[in-house]
Amino acid sequence: MNWQIHLPALVLAVPLLGAFASPVAGLGGRATRNAWMIFISVLTTAVCIMLWQKVIAGGTAVYVMGAEAWNITLPSGLSWPVRIILEVDAFSAFMAVVGSIAALAGAFFSLRFMDRFTGLEKFSALYFLLVTGMLGMQLTGDLFNFFVFLEIASVASFGLIAFWRDRPEAVEASFKYMIISTISAMFILIAVGFFYGRYNAVNIAAVARMLQMGYAEKIALVFLVVSLAMKCGAVPMHMWTPDAYAEAPAGVTCLLVAVSQASLYGLFRVCFSLYGASLGSTVVPWTIIVMGVLSMFIGVTMAVIQKEIKRLMAYHSVSQIGYILMALGVGLLALRDPQAMADYGFTAMKGGIFHIINYTMYKGLLFLTAGAVFYSAGSRNLNELGGLARVMPQTTFMFVIAAAAIAGLPPFNGFVSKLLIYQSTFAVYPLLAVAALVTSVLTLASFVKVFQTAFLGPAKKTYENVTEVPASMLLGMSLLTIVIIALTLFPGWTLSHLVEPAAKALVDQAGYISAVMGGGL
Amino acid sequence: MGMYAILFERNLIKIAIGITLLEASANLFLIVLGYRTGGSIPVFTLAGEVRSMVLPTPQALTLTAIVIGLATSALLLSLIMLLYRHYGTLDVREIRRLRG
Amino acid sequence: MNPLSVVVRTICDVFAWFMGIYGIYIIIHGHLTPGGGFQGGAVVATMAAFLLVSHGGKKLLSFAKPGFYSGIETAGLLIFITTGFLGLSATFFYNFLAGRGGLFGAVVPIGPNSGILNSAGTISVMNMAVGLEVIGGLSLILIYMFKGIRLFDDQTGGSETGHDR
Repeated sequence: MNWQIHLPALVLAVPLLGAFASPVAGLGGRATRNAWMIFISVLTTAVCIMLWQKVIAGGTAVYVMGAEAWNITLPSGLSWPVRIILEVDAFSAFMAVVGSIAALAGAFFSLRFMDRFTGLEKFSALYFLLVTGMLGMQLTGDLFNFFVFLEIASVASFGLIAFWRDRPEAVEASFKYMIISTISAMFILIAVGFFYGRYNAVNIAAVARMLQMGYAEKIALVFLVVSLAMKCGAVPMHMWTPDAYAEAPAGVTCLLVAVSQASLYGLFRVCFSLYGASLGSTVVPWTIIVMGVLSMFIGVTMAVIQKEIKRLMAYHSVSQIGYILMALGVGLLALRDPQAMADYGFTAMKGGIFHIINYTMYKGLLFLTAGAVFYSAGSRNLNELGGLARVMPQTTFMFVIAAAAIAGLPPFNGFVSKLLIYQSTFAVYPLLAVAALVTSVLTLASFVKVFQTAFLGPAKKTYENVTEVPASMLLGMSLLTIVIIALTLFPGWTLSHLVEPAAKALVDQAGYISAVMGGGL
Repeated sequence: MGMYAILFERNLIKIAIGITLLEASANLFLIVLGYRTGGSIPVFTLAGEVRSMVLPTPQALTLTAIVIGLATSALLLSLIMLLYRHYGTLDVREIRRLRG
Repeated sequence: MNPLSVVVRTICDVFAWFMGIYGIYIIIHGHLTPGGGFQGGAVVATMAAFLLVSHGGKKLLSFAKPGFYSGIETAGLLIFITTGFLGLSATFFYNFLAGRGGLFGAVVPIGPNSGILNSAGTISVMNMAVGLEVIGGLSLILIYMFKGIRLFDDQTGGSETGHDR
């Protein structure tokens, strides 16, 4: 029996099994629990990579949960799409690979970082639930299923952010995040309700085929765009990002970054594959572009003045999301016009998608290094840190690589994706590229500040017996470093094999629909 | 109504109630979508003579949404208890240690 | 929480078992009548709340241990996911027990009928698994929330503070 066809479901089933069996594994003590966590993370990453290979080789993979065909055929001959399906095209598989690598790194890191906490089998269960939710968001082909996985990921992340229950700031951050997240989730539910009410189906491909742009669809589009942009951390809904990213334990923050990418995936799936050619005016692409520019600016200007490492990095997170939003907004703008698409639209999309993988890798690495500093030195305040490069050489090295990548220094991968974004947005409106360049300079400035303050300088008395972090944490960080260096050394291969199929799959709405429904539009 | 409570109320518990209201309204919206005029409940057992039934699928969707809402409310209330223990107050304007 | 009077306690003792049976009825008949795993589980979980209100907190914590409910919850979850994997012969979560006779497999004729309890294959198994899990989970939430309230009365916080720094 060909078990390769079960790969999409296995991607979801393995971390779910890991989550449910974690309390059992925790009964065996610390070693069993850690071993189980590593085993499941490695297995998830392996399955995601295999799935990606399969999709690149064989086209969009459709998997029906629980039955044999995606529609139900009544005795009268009427067939209606009712099954829950997983539809994996190149973009979904790409994001699943990115997310699972980040999850693996975070899992390695959390092995030793969480030693001071109690209740760790629940941490492991919540961690894998978050991974399941993220992967489910990226693989599903069904709107309500997307909402369910979004909520699974959100509730798991509420618990994980507040995991440090002795710190009042962590609980406050989780509470604020919970309120905003629940409101946006309810709006998504109402939007899904709109679609179900009008078309009597929640299958994305089926709705996309039957979609006619009316009043209700416009309201649903507004709800979906605003709520999903909120979950990514775009301005003006970004207030939860610095609090939540800063107060979560560092391995969890690395995974939260990947989860925000999953909701970004949802945003673009909605805009490109669900609405696609029906997106009448240019209001929506320009709104996304404006949100992107605002995020870039506000993120980086707020970041320069921060005193706490992780809060600073969280604001940078907001600004990097701005880059991606801007690039994909430009791609959306060019969707209806094949000439514009060939000119600048496709480049923008390639830049945006490449930036997604770059951003997840280097932002995850940055948060992990900040966590390593906190683990060793016990402080996150930049005013107190100093001179750590002597005692923590490997962490410093990885921090330098990640900071150079985020600032867009050549030849790192950040430079390549930012160059693609500058090129394409310049063709739309020159001011956008100028804004992106200024943001890049400010990013570099703030990371130079962090590097100099925390790592360079004379060794301080209070940090005399600070040692390097334990090996498993270094392993997690170096995994991300290796991926960044690989992306740096092979940008051509990455662009043509990873990014371009993803961009093509995103643009091709007809292909998405016909992979499920068979036949044409 | 729920949005007003979330945005303008100062007591944390009232904010939690506002969220519950919001969820209840979204779920109600989903169920109403399945209504067919003159339909009876969508249960096959001992159904007898029926001509049309109300759609059952939105009921399944709503059940899932209710469960999700329950999990969120439970977590929300637990966090409120923790916040009270740490800050000693339930006034949302006092709970602002994270700012800037 | 102080226990209520003897009259209330006696009636609650009787009624608690009735609630348990009613909840289990809802869970088991989930594929025929409205109800199913979550709804029935919630009804059974209110048994814990019921006993809490009538007998008082100290007595409840003495006989309802969190470990027991945690075990029920984990068992429910594991049965759920194992049933999903077992259907992997066709697809994940495939209903491999339906329509084949044997356990849970009676064939159902089309049209309105008096409900056949033995049908519907893995849906019944999953109903029961979810029911177990919800019973465990909601009872745990109630017990922990009650313990949390007692933390305020103690003013010392019991064993839940001082770590995680």
